[in-house]
Amino acid sequence: MEETDWRFKIAHREAKIGVGLALFNFVWWFGFAYGMGSRPVEEYSYIFGLPDWFFYSCVLGFLVMAVLVIVIVHFFFTEVPFEEEEDSP
Amino acid sequence: MNYAVLVPMIAFLLVIFFIGYWASRKLSASSNFISDYFLGGRELGGFVLAMTMVATYGSASSFLGGPGTAYTMGFGWVLLAMAQVVTGYFVLMILGKKYAIMARRYKAVTMIDFLKSRYDSTAVVLLSAFSIIVFLFSAMAAQWIGGARLVESLTGLSYNSALFLFAVSVLVYVTIGGFRAVALTDAVQGAVMLVGTLVLLIAVIIAGGGIPNIVNDLLAENPNLVTPYGANGDLTAAYVSSFWILVGVGVVGLPQIAVRAMSYKNSRSMHRALIIGTIVTGFIMLNMHLIGVFARPVLPGIEIGDKVIPLIALETLPPWVAGIVLAAPMAAIMSTVDSLLLLVSSSIVKDVYLNYVKPDAAIKTIKRISFGVTGTLGIIVFLLALNPPELLIFLNLFAFGGLEAAFIWPIVLGLYWKWGNKYGAIASMATGIVSYIGLHFYNLENGNLFGVHTVTLPVLLSLVAFIAFSLLIGRKAYQYNIVTHK
Repeated sequence: MEETDWRFKIAHREAKIGVGLALFNFVWWFGFAYGMGSRPVEEYSYIFGLPDWFFYSCVLGFLVMAVLVIVIVHFFFTEVPFEEEEDSP
Repeated sequence: MNYAVLVPMIAFLLVIFFIGYWASRKLSASSNFISDYFLGGRELGGFVLAMTMVATYGSASSFLGGPGTAYTMGFGWVLLAMAQVVTGYFVLMILGKKYAIMARRYKAVTMIDFLKSRYDSTAVVLLSAFSIIVFLFSAMAAQWIGGARLVESLTGLSYNSALFLFAVSVLVYVTIGGFRAVALTDAVQGAVMLVGTLVLLIAVIIAGGGIPNIVNDLLAENPNLVTPYGANGDLTAAYVSSFWILVGVGVVGLPQIAVRAMSYKNSRSMHRALIIGTIVTGFIMLNMHLIGVFARPVLPGIEIGDKVIPLIALETLPPWVAGIVLAAPMAAIMSTVDSLLLLVSSSIVKDVYLNYVKPDAAIKTIKRISFGVTGTLGIIVFLLALNPPELLIFLNLFAFGGLEAAFIWPIVLGLYWKWGNKYGAIASMATGIVSYIGLHFYNLENGNLFGVHTVTLPVLLSLVAFIAFSLLIGRKAYQYNIVTHK
C-alpha cells in the first residue's frame, strides 16, 4: 500500500472546485440570458441602458464570478511546494 | 500614409523589441537552455502568467472577428463571447497543482513531454507532435495574414510590406528571446489590450450619445439585436451554449495554453494568475464585443466585420489615440503568433529531434537548432502568407476545435484518472481529429447536427474512445505517487 501524496489531495479538491465554479457560472449565464431574454422585447427593462437579461447574465454574472474566484482562492486554496521533497519516504 | 496612426504603433513595436532583447540577455546567461528557451525556466509570476494566458488566447478573432460579428448579430453575440470568462479560472484550476507537480517530476518542458512520460509511448508523442505542427502552423499563418491586413488597413502600406514589418517584429524577439520574451511581451500586450479596449468603449459610448440612446437606436433598427437570439432570431440557446466547449472549458486541451500551466514559479503565482486572469479575460471580452454592438448605430453600413474595430477607432478617436488603441488588436495577434511559433518550434526541436533524432546533442547544437528552427519556421510562414495556399486556410478551420477534441482527455484524464493508458490516449486523439474533420463536412452540407457547434460531438466521442480503449486494452492502474525517492 502506498499513500496518496498529500499535495494531490489538495490538487484534487481544487480541481473539483473548478468544475463546480464552471457549472455555477454556466447556470447563472444561461438562466438569466434565456430565462429573461425569451420574453417579448417590449417587456424588457433596462439597467444602465442595457437590456435586463444581458445586464444580469453578462455584466453582473462576470462581477459575481470575479468576486467568487477572489474569495475562493483566498480562503479555500492552499499553497503547496511543487518540487519533490528529497527526504520523502 | 497615416503618420499619426503609424508613429504610436511603431513606438509600441520598439518597446516590444526592447523587451525581447532584454529577455535574450538573460537567456544567454542561463545554464539550462532548453527549459529556459521553451518554458522561461518555470519562473513566471502571477501577473505575467495571467497576461500571457489571456494574450495567447485572445487572438485576431476576439479583437477583430468577434466584435465584427457582434456588430451584425447584436447582444446575442456578446452573450456568446462571455462564455470565455470561464477560461480565466478553469484552465489553471483544472490542470492546477497536480499538473505543475507532475510536470516538474517528469521534467516536462512541453505539453508533449507530459504526455510522453504519462503514457510512455512513442506513438502518442509522434501523433501529438504531428497534430501540433500541422494545425498550429496553419493557425499561426492565418493569424499572420490577419496581422498584415490590419497593418495594411491602418497605415496604407501595401499588404506585402505590412506583412514584412509584422514578420520581422515577431521573429526578432521570439527567435532570440524564447519563452521568457514571449511571456513578457505578452504581459505588455495584454496591458495594451486592457487599456485600449476601455478607451475605445468609452469613446464609442460618447459618440453614440450614451448607452440608452444607442440601445434605442438598435431597437428602432431591429429589435432582435437586443435579444439573445441574434439579428435574424436564429442564434439558438443550444448553439450559443455549445461555445462553452469551444471557447470555454475546451481551452484546457489547447497545447499553447496547457504549456503555460506548467510555467509558473509557485502556487502563489498560480493563485494570483487565477484572479487576474478571470478579471482581465472578462473585462476585455465584454468591452470588445460591446464596442462591436455599440458601433452599429454610430457607424452604420460596414460590410466587412474585421474592419469594424479599426474604422470605429479612427472615427471616434483622435488619430494618435487611435494609433495606440489599435495597437491592441495588433498586440493580440502578435502575442498569439509568438506563442504558436515557439510551440511549433518546441515540438520539432524538443519533442521530435531531441527524443528520436539525436538525444545526446550538445548544448551548443541545441541552441543553434532552436534558433534555426524558430527562425526558419517564421520565414516559411512569411512566404506562405504572401500568397496563402488553399490548404492552409482549410487546415486553419480545424486548428482550435480539432486540437481541443484531440488533447483534452489525454491531458485531463491522464492527470486524474489512473486507468487512462496509451491505447486510450491514441484512440482519443485519432477519434477527436477524424470525427472533427468528418463532422465539419457533414455540418457544411446539412447544417449543424443537433444544432450545436462542430466541436461538441467530437469532444464527447473522444471521451468515450479514451475510456473504452483504456479499459479494454492493456488495463493497468497508473502510479501517480512516488513510493521511494532515492
